[in-house]
Amino acid sequence: MMFKKAMQRIGNGILKENPIFVLLLGMCATLAVTTSAINGLGMGLSTMAVLVASNGLISLLRKIIPAGVRMPAYIVIIATFVTIVQLVLQAYVPRLYTSLGIFIPLIVVNCIILGRAEAYASTHPVALALCDGVGMGLGFTLALAIIGLVREFFGSGSAFGIPVMPDWYEPVAILVMAPGAFFVLAILAALQNKWHAPSATNKKHDSDLACGGHCADCAGCTAAANHAQVAEQTAENVRKLAEEKKQAAARKKAAAEKPDEGGAPV
Amino acid sequence: MVNVSVSPHIRSRLTTSIVMVDVAIALLPALLMGVFVFGLRALLVIAVTVAACLLTEYVYRRLMKLPNTLSDGSALVTGLILAMNMPASVPLWVPVLGSVFAIGLVKQLFGGLGQNIMNPALAARCFLLISFPALVGGSIPAVGNLFDGNLWQGFLSRMTTATVDATSTATPLQLLKDGGTVDLLQAFLGLHSGCIGETSTLAILLGGVYMVWRGVISPRIPVVYVVSACLCIGCMRWLSVGAMPSANYLLGQACTGGLMAGAVFMATDYVTSPITPAGQWIYAILLGLLTALFRVFGSYAEGVSYAIVIGNTVVPLIEKVTLPRPFGKRGAAR
Repeated sequence: MMFKKAMQRIGNGILKENPIFVLLLGMCATLAVTTSAINGLGMGLSTMAVLVASNGLISLLRKIIPAGVRMPAYIVIIATFVTIVQLVLQAYVPRLYTSLGIFIPLIVVNCIILGRAEAYASTHPVALALCDGVGMGLGFTLALAIIGLVREFFGSGSAFGIPVMPDWYEPVAILVMAPGAFFVLAILAALQNKWHAPSATNKKHDSDLACGGHCADCAGCTAAANHAQVAEQTAENVRKLAEEKKQAAARKKAAAEKPDEGGAPV
Repeated sequence: MVNVSVSPHIRSRLTTSIVMVDVAIALLPALLMGVFVFGLRALLVIAVTVAACLLTEYVYRRLMKLPNTLSDGSALVTGLILAMNMPASVPLWVPVLGSVFAIGLVKQLFGGLGQNIMNPALAARCFLLISFPALVGGSIPAVGNLFDGNLWQGFLSRMTTATVDATSTATPLQLLKDGGTVDLLQAFLGLHSGCIGETSTLAILLGGVYMVWRGVISPRIPVVYVVSACLCIGCMRWLSVGAMPSANYLLGQACTGGLMAGAVFMATDYVTSPITPAGQWIYAILLGLLTALFRVFGSYAEGVSYAIVIGNTVVPLIEKVTLPRPFGKRGAAR
């Protein structure tokens, strides 16, 4: 059961709620550093390391941190891990460190990390929070690497730094510049919608509830009771509407039959 | 005969396709001049660009199961304007890529004619200019001095070979930027290097006069744009060099490069320019200011296409500010 749930968290991060293509979080880093596949991969892995560690620690401390100061507390924890990652990168992969530049310290304000801390790690046990971090981190890394690969492939005719295009290919330089990031991200997100990749936004809506009515997924969380109430209310409304319609039809019928019974009025 | 009906009672015969055909006719002198100056190769570039635009429009509408809009002529005009913005020496796949970008991304993805936030042809030119500066911007093949030697024979030889002279020179704008002077008569007639449709001020003005006469455009945006651009260029040049710029410099700036073509054909695009006269004044002055900034302080000699594209994106804001107050309504316009 625990294993299944853990796997579910990882799958959730990679596909269903992919932070880039589905949640569209952490756009700043995504758009800025994905000029090559290596950069995207490096950024993704750095963020993943921070995300896993901060998710774990925040989950451990979830009963200690007072609700009123949770944001500053999360930021302090995240900043600590970011500093560690930054120093490690500087020491062991200086080339990646220089090419990512300011975007390493900026991992602190990456929405995904704070978002997962707030939405998941602060309310779930450590093991699940860690798996959530791994899933989200993998999803982020994968997305960044794909965007980086596409931009590098068309923008400089290479993949992971190795030239792959023939000599006559004229690289489309705009793709490795800022506008190219927007084009590639938008087109990839459009494609994943078009091909109905299994994601939170592509679910078949079998209910008119805003969340899609997948109440089984919400079992155990605080919103579940609310959802049940809304569903009940909706069913009640539908029933009432049908009844009213029936009554109106009956009245109409009665009105139509009346003149026959009462004879000609004077 | 009394006909009782609801309004509108008077209908104009003006349709989108009539406007577009008028614009296409107005573009002809400039494009023909381009073919005369740059030869057969220019004609080839124009034909390929227009064909690619029409094809992109057709394929996109077909794929998206939307009604076919080829007959409204807007794709034709986009193709002509994009071709006008290409140097004759460009490899043919460049305008094809630009056409796909202009019609597919800039126009159709935003919802088709009337919905685009930028002029599609100019957005595509900027895209190509950033991506392939060496092929689109940079140095452009020279024509040589058309006044010496046999004018007609030179034209014939250009029309019989589809290759472009490999020697390239700086555009007149680059010369001016570097402190040189240009021959103003040649600049006015269009006998110098540059993009296919932008060289001849005379031909562009002919097209502009035709459009004004047909009521397609009002002269407000082009005139205000060119005048404000010249004034701003003068002031900024004075600031940056420290001496008043010469008349040759100022007139050269007005007659060479894309300023005239941009002012007459691209800044006046209905979809991406303001509606109200006040808005058009603001828009045109803004374009002049931006053009001057790019030309004087920018690293490139040219800046018209960037200026217009940036101007296009602020048009909704200008419209919001200049919205006229309805008659009888007090307070703010909204």
